Amino acid sequence: MPVTKSQKIKDEIIRTLLEGDIENLEPQDRETVDYLKRDKITQPVISLSYNTASIIAGADETFEAIHEYLEDRDIDARLTQMGSPGLVTAEPLLDVQLPGKAKVTFGNVFPEKVSDILDGVFNNFIPLEYVLGQHPNELHEPWENIPYIHELSFFKTQKRDILKNCGRIDPESIDEYIVNGGYRNFLMSIRNYTPEEVCDLIESSGLRGRGGEGYPTGKKWKNTLNASAEKRFLICNAGESDPGAFMERMIMESDPHSLVEAVAIASYAIGAQKAYIYLESEYEMACRRIQKAIDQARDYGLLGHDIFTSGFNLNIQLHQGAGAYVCGEETALIASLEGKRGMPRPKPPYPSYRGLHNQPTVVNNMETLLNVPVIVRHGSTWYKQTGTAKSAGTKVFSLSGKIERSGLVEIPMGASMREVIYRIGGGLPDNKDLKGLLIGGPAGGALTYEHLDTPIDYEELKELGCTLGSGAMVVMDEETCVLDTVKYYMHLLKEESCGKCIPCREGTRRMHEILENITKRPQEENGSFTLHRFKGVINLEKLAHVVRDTSLCGLGQRAANPIISTISAFRNEYEEHIFERKCRAGVCQELSTFYIDVDKCTGCTICAQKCPTSAIVGSAKKPHFIVQDRCIGCGICYESCKFGAIIRK
Amino acid sequence: MDKIKKILERYPFVERENLIPILQDIQNEYGHLTEDAVKQVGDYLELPTSKIYSVATFYSKFRFQPRGNFHLKICRGTSCQVKGAAKLEQKVFKELNIVDGETTDNGTFSLEVVACMGACGLGPVVSINNRYYTRVDEDKLEEIIEDYREIEQ
Repeated sequence: MPVTKSQKIKDEIIRTLLEGDIENLEPQDRETVDYLKRDKITQPVISLSYNTASIIAGADETFEAIHEYLEDRDIDARLTQMGSPGLVTAEPLLDVQLPGKAKVTFGNVFPEKVSDILDGVFNNFIPLEYVLGQHPNELHEPWENIPYIHELSFFKTQKRDILKNCGRIDPESIDEYIVNGGYRNFLMSIRNYTPEEVCDLIESSGLRGRGGEGYPTGKKWKNTLNASAEKRFLICNAGESDPGAFMERMIMESDPHSLVEAVAIASYAIGAQKAYIYLESEYEMACRRIQKAIDQARDYGLLGHDIFTSGFNLNIQLHQGAGAYVCGEETALIASLEGKRGMPRPKPPYPSYRGLHNQPTVVNNMETLLNVPVIVRHGSTWYKQTGTAKSAGTKVFSLSGKIERSGLVEIPMGASMREVIYRIGGGLPDNKDLKGLLIGGPAGGALTYEHLDTPIDYEELKELGCTLGSGAMVVMDEETCVLDTVKYYMHLLKEESCGKCIPCREGTRRMHEILENITKRPQEENGSFTLHRFKGVINLEKLAHVVRDTSLCGLGQRAANPIISTISAFRNEYEEHIFERKCRAGVCQELSTFYIDVDKCTGCTICAQKCPTSAIVGSAKKPHFIVQDRCIGCGICYESCKFGAIIRK
Repeated sequence: MDKIKKILERYPFVERENLIPILQDIQNEYGHLTEDAVKQVGDYLELPTSKIYSVATFYSKFRFQPRGNFHLKICRGTSCQVKGAAKLEQKVFKELNIVDGETTDNGTFSLEVVACMGACGLGPVVSINNRYYTRVDEDKLEEIIEDYREIEQ
């Protein structure tokens, strides 16, 4: 997307801004800042959300349409890009701001809507059917009868500390990040605090690792800082390759500078001169924007040698992963950075003492690090006010599955699932009933509607056999089969198991096999198949516990989580599959039985021609029948019938 | 061959740490890893070819077959899965006889199954040469493949 280039901001302005003295700026410099901050603008500003989600939704075409609209009418407007505010279902989003008026956001802006929307706004009339809301700003005159964006139910109960810049600034502009207060926390840290003090601050804030078991971050940092070594390293693990989790990618695409700043502060605190940001190479746009952010920060002297004459040197390197789920585990990630197969090793020694190149290394999850600038800015007492006693701060989730509004959601720790699903997510589409939700990706666990009022924090979730994990939250309705979803997770884990330790390598394979057997129709009723099936079923739970207790790394230890937690939450569904050979959601097609409704069947013979086992008999133009003994339950007839004559039970 | 030399020049230090980035650069340039390229990397980094293959085969993103003219990506994210992405994979196998990481014999199509593309509300998502198709079902996929077959001819 070609974007109008923003003016290059002068060195002195940067320095003054980083010191926090906006008052001392020369009047003409104030203009530059106002221009970037969009508080006072002289020409209309139009920003289109430009990220992977919006591109898939069609943002490129929308951009073309806006560009054409402005050219055709010769309108002098500034067209920029922005990140995503998180509401994925409304992509592509468009922000329009007229001089002196409040900014208005429109949702689902497809090319054909562009002229309607812009015609309206330029004539001081907001087309209500496309609008999401307006942004309050005391310098701007609000529009009448347009709701405020922070009062929409999607945003109302969210607490946006980490996501505050997402969807507000141009992710590829360091200037916009700086005028909005960026990098000030980093400079404050290296000037006013010693590394120990930063560690103390983080420890007293109660920040805990967001990726796994919730180990206190400040403690981890101190271990590394106090370990004697010639070099120390910081690794930011942003390589979520969890299916269903798009939060890290989306934050990196929307606000890459926040991550660079967070990594810089953390590196200073542990005394590292080299830091790595690890993310999957298939997240092309995130990789590009992070690299650009690192380059820009280096150009401004915020990274490199002797940063702002503090004597602190830092080099940040982007490391692109080559596709291995197990590299989410810290020792495997370190092996991958060293150019080896990404396999974990036994702990201890922990990476805090012996990590990358045998030097003390801190591996932090990306979301954990994003909390750091927030804590430095507001202090630990302020930070602790959010969340619960043992879990401070907020947590970001990517909400998806069978939900009305899917997207990126940040809530205080301790909020309930009910709030997330029904207030923020807007409930399930078509008023369907909630069956449960899967939290934390393939290594997470399942919760049912009984747990809806459980507060979300480390302890409560651990008790229920779940972890916060990747922050994926997938909502299931009555039409989702729990076993099918678990089978899919198990298939993924089976493929991704690195093969080093036997419980994980063999266990995931067997568990997947057992689940396959449960969801399959028996080939023969009397042979050993039935016996095998039952033996497997009896052993499934036992096997899951063995895998959990004896695997080497987090991947194996958590691989059985989906099975253990779904067996306890949805035992009746397992039993139905096993004993009655029935899938109540109708997803496990091989368990379904098909009948032909004689009243509806016209005898078109399409199903009989398509049936792979010739199980459908009948003569043309007369109702057909299914010979149940021959039917393998593939469902081809069900899909091919144009008259809805085939019934699935 | 000069291209590989140029890539290697970007990594002046002979360190194993550079192995994966070098292989990624080569793959970006050629679309896959050739035997010659692996040998050259081995000479440069002073590593046996077997070690390099052991690393390259571990990671799923490295390909040993050239990409097709049309590179198909199917999202395997949970949301797409719930909405029927597995069927699309079967459909590709039925139509083109290839699975993840493979290329058709005539070099027209290749398939890659990727983790979440980030458009969960619009799934299942399929992309061909970076053009995205949303809410794809089996029939739509068949049409898409047919369209590209025609372009190829």
